[in-house]
Formats: sequence, structure tokens, C-alpha cells
Amino acid sequence: MKLEYKVEGGDFTAAGFASSQIKKILKQLNIDPSVIKRVVIALYEAEVNIVAHAYRGVIKAHIESGGITLTLEDEGPGIPDVEMAMTPGFSTATKAVREMGFGAGMGLPNISENADSFNIETIVGKGTTLTIGIKFK
Amino acid sequence: MSRTTYSRALEILDDVCIGCSHCMKVCPTEALRVSDGKAIIHADWCIDCGECYRICPNRAIRVMDDDFKQIYNYKHRVLLVPSVFFAQFDDSVPREKIYHIIGELGFTEVCAVEQSVDSLTDEVNEYVRNAQKPVISSFCPAIIRLIQVRFPSLVDHIMQLLPPIEITAQYYKNKFAKAGIPESDLGIFYLTPCIAKIAAVKSPVGGYTSPINGVINMDFFFNKVYLVYKQRLPVSGNISINGELSSKGILYPTTGGESANVEGRTLAIDGMSNVIDFLEILENEEIDGVDFLELRACDQSCAGGILSHRNRFLTAESMKKYAATAPDYHKLTLDYQRYTSAVVHMDRIEPRSMVKYDRDIDAALRKMERARELRELFPGIDCGACGAPSCEALAEDIVKGQSEINACIFLRTLYEKRGELQLEEAIKIMERIWGRSRFDKKL
Repeated sequence: MKLEYKVEGGDFTAAGFASSQIKKILKQLNIDPSVIKRVVIALYEAEVNIVAHAYRGVIKAHIESGGITLTLEDEGPGIPDVEMAMTPGFSTATKAVREMGFGAGMGLPNISENADSFNIETIVGKGTTLTIGIKFK
Repeated sequence: MSRTTYSRALEILDDVCIGCSHCMKVCPTEALRVSDGKAIIHADWCIDCGECYRICPNRAIRVMDDDFKQIYNYKHRVLLVPSVFFAQFDDSVPREKIYHIIGELGFTEVCAVEQSVDSLTDEVNEYVRNAQKPVISSFCPAIIRLIQVRFPSLVDHIMQLLPPIEITAQYYKNKFAKAGIPESDLGIFYLTPCIAKIAAVKSPVGGYTSPINGVINMDFFFNKVYLVYKQRLPVSGNISINGELSSKGILYPTTGGESANVEGRTLAIDGMSNVIDFLEILENEEIDGVDFLELRACDQSCAGGILSHRNRFLTAESMKKYAATAPDYHKLTLDYQRYTSAVVHMDRIEPRSMVKYDRDIDAALRKMERARELRELFPGIDCGACGAPSCEALAEDIVKGQSEINACIFLRTLYEKRGELQLEEAIKIMERIWGRSRFDKKL
């Protein structure tokens, strides 16, 4: 099953919509709660990253019997140094974003920790695409 | 749809139910449908919260309480009375008088349910210090069941300590055993302000068996007591009263009355939809640093209990007034403390799967996709004319073979217009859902 959600940069109050929707579907499919938890954590982090850093993005979810593949494609500044961004605690979030309780770093490392497969492609000045795979068993 | 598995506390009376669908609209787990003009409970999904009972305009839902006469099967008949019961009366009715009427109605002893709260509080704090946070209170059985069914990933947050009612009941069992009274002579009865607590006693969670012998409906019992009071019937006063209760105990069933005693950062949330909203974000791991959650299904907690007839705000006010006159600790606290830690623990609570589509994931995915396609066809106004609570629920029912596309009144009209469906057939479908008698109108 394929699903698609649009995400707007800067719209923090709507952040988490895609992860809530996907959570609901996975619960209805009777997926193991510990797996759902990993999907929700990874997706929520990635969703908030688009809101906090990019201009807009699209989340695509592909659910099959073996697992879920999430693709998060954004139009944004891109990540100049991916290795640095993968370091726990490193953050480029603006002060305004931090004051809302977001952007304390840990985004990308936390996503990859919860994923079975994780890929990041980024072009500075254009955007970033994350691919997150989580197996159901 | 079976009616026996989990729904231990509710029953729909087919001869009274007119299939008005009010219940279907308020069920937090969408466990109700209307078919052949009657409401049907999907027992596996029912959490015994009683919202359907509360809204039913025809009193077609029966509470599965115990027959009052069965109290006479026992020589010693103890009634455990919750503090909310006294708040059912206006403040001019003396508590002493209520106790004596309870004796007149057949009980040999009364005891305050929340007597165990003082010793339980220490256990709760000890537990919260060492547990995975946030700890979710185990007080409200409707919330426990809601989490089992709708939030299975959160079951391990539910506190594995028994609620006050069970500790008080066990204390009584122990007290009578110590006095050398045979177990078969002792009947412990619980006067319940809600339906979920009936389910909690009859089919408890956490590998526990309740020593409570029967559950009495508070709404029913209030009428019995009030009638004796109003008619000024003679009352002999042959009852042993154990009314020891602290202010803490009295307030425990009110909103905030439990969390106020827990150390750390706590929140008290009441009302089913408020609790569901909060559990959604808790499940998303959006909540940080909260130690304890007091979650109650009813607005104003037990003061707004399903079987509490009085206005919930007046009831809560009366409980607060009662608490203001009570001591901080009661005389039996030490006695309870000596023995609470030995009996207070229960096992992990298991999740209860809702099985929305299919146990097999491939089949579930196929059905879900088909249901999503169907939803595109439906109007999305959740009118309920199909006998399901929402367009989404109808789509689910169809892919499970429990309903049909023609059940949708919008699509039916469209099919009729196109000449694909005859008026006669359309009426038959309506009759299958809402019952034939509904259409016997003599204009």
C-alpha cells in the first residue's frame, strides 16, 4: 500500500500528522507495538526535520507485508556536512526553533538507530531525501 | 459477532432496544453497530466504559450487576461503600443515617472502600520511583481496557499495583479469616459507581482473582436507600460500621485526588476523549519528563460515574466538603500498612488485539487497501444510516464481509437514479439495517 503526505516548512503545529496517520494504519494491521514505536519515532523526527529546516517536502510510505519503506523528500538548503549532522548533539537549528523544544540535535542519529536501513542523499541548495526502512519482523 | 467474550458488564436488551444508534455514535472503540433494528456489541472491542449506557434514551442497556438477593447466601454480609455514594445525597442527609439504612437493607457490616488509600499511597510512590515513566494509574478499569485495546504499546506503563477497592476487599477477607470465620460465611459486596468496575471484578486483568463476591449497582441501591429515608421507615441500627476514612481517601476517586499524593511531575486527566488525545501523543513519544498519569474515563472521574445519578459537579463538591471534615490519617492505616505490600502487586497487563482487518498481514493489507478505495466512494459525513458509526467503519465492515456497499444511503440513491437498483430492493436493505417495524407507518 502506498501513501503520501505533504509537509510545509515552518508549520510546527501540523508536524506529526503523517506519523500519526501511519501509526494508526500499522496498529490496524496488528504490527508489533515495539516495531510501530520505532516507525513513529523515526518518522516523527524526520517529519520535524523537514518542518524545521526545509521549505516543503513530501513523505511517501510504502507498506508491504515484510515492512515499511519511508521516503522523505524535501526542497530545502540540503546538508553541507552529513557526517557532522549524524553526530549526536550537533544542531544547526535556529534559536526560534530550539525555543519550541525542537532542534536539539539527535534527529538523524536517532532516526538511523530506529531504522533497519537508512539512507541519506543531499544536494546543498536543493534538498535532502531520506530513505528509512523498518522490517515488521 | 459474539456477545460473550469481553463484554462482561453490559448487555443490550433486544426487546427494549429500538436501534436508535445513539450508542453507536459515542462508543470510543467503535464496537457497536445497528442491524435488523437493534444495537449489537462487538464484544472483543468493548472496554466496558459504559458510554453507551449513559446515552441510551430507552434504557435498553442492562448492567450485568448481581442479583441483590444473593447477599443472603452469606452469614456475614459486608458492603464496601465508595465515598462517591454519600455524595449522591444532598448534604442534609446524615451519613450515620445512610449507614443504618444500609444495615436495614440486609448488610451486617459496611466499610469505606478508600480505607486502603493511605497505605497504598506509599506503595505507589515506591513503585513510581523504580518504574518506566510515565506510570499510568491502574485505578480506572475503563482506562486499563482502553489501553489494552487501542494503545497496546503502552500496557507496560500501567502501574502493576491493585486499585484501592481490591486491597480493602483483601483486608476484609484477611480480617475475617483471622477471626476464625469460615470463608463460605463471608460475602464481600462492592457498591459500584460505574460499569467498568463490574468488569474489573468479574474478569480482572494482571493475573488476579478478586475476593469480591458480588457487585451492587449504585444507581439501583441509591433508590433503595433513599426510599427508606423518604418514607421514614423504622431502622434498627443493627450494623457494624467501619467508616474509618481520611480526607485523602475521600478525594481519591475525584479528579486530581490520586495524583496529588504522588511525588514528581504528575498530571490528572479526566473524560474519555481527553484521555484518548493524551494517549495518542504519549504513544508518539511526544511527552517527556512526566512521572505519573492519573487517567479517568469519566468527566469529573467517579463523581461523573455512569451509575452516579446526581450532577457530577455537585457530587464532586459534596465529596470535597466531606473531605474537609475528615482527618488526614485514619486509625486503621497502620493495620493496613502491615499487610498491604504483601497483596498489592499484580502481573503485567496483556494487550488485547482489535484485529481490525485480518490476523494475516498480507490479507490485512489487501483488505485495508480495498477499504481505502471504498472510502473514496462514500460521502464522508458519518451519518450512520448504514448501521456503522462512520464511513471508515462501514468500509472496514464491507471488506470483512459484514456489510455491503448498498448499505450506504448515498450510493443507493445514486444506483436507483442509474436504474441499477429497484426501489423495492432499496427498501429491503433499509429494513435489514433498521428493522421492518420502522417502516410500518400508517399515514
